[in-house]
Amino acid sequence: MDQKEILSLKKTAANIRKGIIAATSAAGSGHPGGSLSITDVMTYLYFKEMNIDVKQPKKPDRDRFVMSKGHCAPVLYSTLAERGFFPKEDLLTLRKVDSYLEGHPNMHTVPGVDMSTGSLAQGISAAVGMALAGKLDKKDYRVFVGMGDGELEEGQVWEASMAAAHYKLDNMVCFVDYNGLQIDGKITEVMNPEPIADKFVAFGWYVQSIDAHDFEQIHQAVENAKQQKGKPNMIVCHSIKGKGVSFMEGQAGWHGVAPKPEERDRAIAELDEYIASLNA
Amino acid sequence: MVMQNQRKTYGDTLIELGKQNDRIVVLEADLGKSTMTFLFEQEFPDRHFEMGIAEANMVSFAAGLSLTGKIPFVNSFAVFSSGRTFDQIRQSVALGKLNVKIMGSSAGLSDFGDGATHQSVEDIAIMRALPNMTVIAPCDSIETKKAIKAITEYDGPVYVRLCRNDLPNIYPEDNEFVIGKPVVMREGKDITIFAMGAMVYEALVAADKLNEEGISAKVVNVSTLKPFDEEAIKKLSEGVKGIVTVEEHAEIGGLGSAVTYALRGIGTPIETISIGDKFGQSAENYRELLEHYGLTADNIIRKVKGLYK
Ligand SMILES: Cc1ncc(C[n+]2csc(CCOP(=O)(O)OP(=O)(O)O)c2C)c(N)n1
Repeated sequence: MDQKEILSLKKTAANIRKGIIAATSAAGSGHPGGSLSITDVMTYLYFKEMNIDVKQPKKPDRDRFVMSKGHCAPVLYSTLAERGFFPKEDLLTLRKVDSYLEGHPNMHTVPGVDMSTGSLAQGISAAVGMALAGKLDKKDYRVFVGMGDGELEEGQVWEASMAAAHYKLDNMVCFVDYNGLQIDGKITEVMNPEPIADKFVAFGWYVQSIDAHDFEQIHQAVENAKQQKGKPNMIVCHSIKGKGVSFMEGQAGWHGVAPKPEERDRAIAELDEYIASLNA
Repeated sequence: MVMQNQRKTYGDTLIELGKQNDRIVVLEADLGKSTMTFLFEQEFPDRHFEMGIAEANMVSFAAGLSLTGKIPFVNSFAVFSSGRTFDQIRQSVALGKLNVKIMGSSAGLSDFGDGATHQSVEDIAIMRALPNMTVIAPCDSIETKKAIKAITEYDGPVYVRLCRNDLPNIYPEDNEFVIGKPVVMREGKDITIFAMGAMVYEALVAADKLNEEGISAKVVNVSTLKPFDEEAIKKLSEGVKGIVTVEEHAEIGGLGSAVTYALRGIGTPIETISIGDKFGQSAENYRELLEHYGLTADNIIRKVKGLYK
């Protein structure tokens, strides 16, 4: 990727982050922390990688994305809006009673959402089903998955992983957002799922570890994944929860708390400053 | 009116009981600040176990603990503690009648923001369907405290449903909580309203307004959904012109189902108020959602008046 492209992705990511802040703040609840940590991955997928068409969100041959950690709906919605699936101002209706943007993603109401999620670990299983169907139908679409590191504590993740390897689903690319935090604190203290990469290797996956906030590394990992045959792909993304908003970074407390108006303004100002620095 | 939070009361009560009974152990699935088990953890770190986001394992693990005489309290949001774990509750706990307490926090629509995936509209139905299970939905904090004490003394599996939001204290302080016993909250002779959980308060408000219009409504708090005291329900329904049930739950398998089944054949007209056969959805606050589904005093009044036509 050239520098120009990376710069453009960085700006897009910052705008998506602004959307996350604005939406959760308007809702008065929601999950900014884990949304911000996976924003760069989402930006790369939706603005560089995925075969999708905003005019035909259900196009049969499209690539799919499943947000298995469904509480990170804010980043999914903000990415889809930024990409043009629906108007950005609708983000401000997040979690309102008549809004199609519910607390957790609903595939029947939100254009561009491929699977409804919210109960952790069920998304990855559905993604395995989609990937297997792609093989059955001899289609070349791929299935991307966003997961949390706390989510890995669910047994279902490992059932899904076993199935994905068993059926050699190399058309699947899974991203674990390895921000080290869940709700009650550090993943290693709550219920240690480490070593993460080694576990997926043992389960028969092709595993890469990257810095989740480095577009070049995301790019390389996704390109490498395309070369792999016969194994599902896991990209372990070392990330910072709350990335991009200084007072949210690395804080478990920002998992499921919305910024108050003055916090929102500070966050948006920081992101605007960052965008200005990119423009300079 | 004193507003209190059932979750907080539960957390405080666990500490109180934990001091008296060292067999109590508390299991958590990464929602401790929400279920309020972090309070117990601060007081008794050795008897609090963080089990991670792995609810199914937590339930069968609790079954194992109970077999050595421990009294495990299993905690998560109600959707997960009753739904994600249904087979583990059925096979590991209910079948063997093990002494495991399953806590359904943020139940019903009370987790208003998170939406359908996090709102337990069917927890009472699925828990009631299990043989050996006791199912309790306290109406406020006073009753929560009494109920938690009662289920600790009771040897067997129990499911308890708790609201996320503050509720007005309405339960009579001097009333002894007895598992299975409906409580008359307000006497009345024309109509009987059977209510559960947060809806008991709505029923009381409705009864007050109806009284001004000359309709005398009896309000019954049916906090134990199982074992269901059919005889008591029949008695409380004698001599009235109509019966209304109201619950923050799906129409299938909850209070309305239980009451209409208990009263089969009596001929008195019955109206039910529930979420219907629907999932929940997101909203800005709890009240807005209750209004959206007609779970309000006004709707109770409408139904009562309908019975008079
Ligand atoms: C089955 C299930 N159990 C519990 C929850 C409640 N919950 C929502 S987010 C969360 C923590 C997730 O942590 P992690 O996967 O690390 O997400 P991230 O830090 O990336 O936001 C929990 C326990 C849930 N949504 N689903």
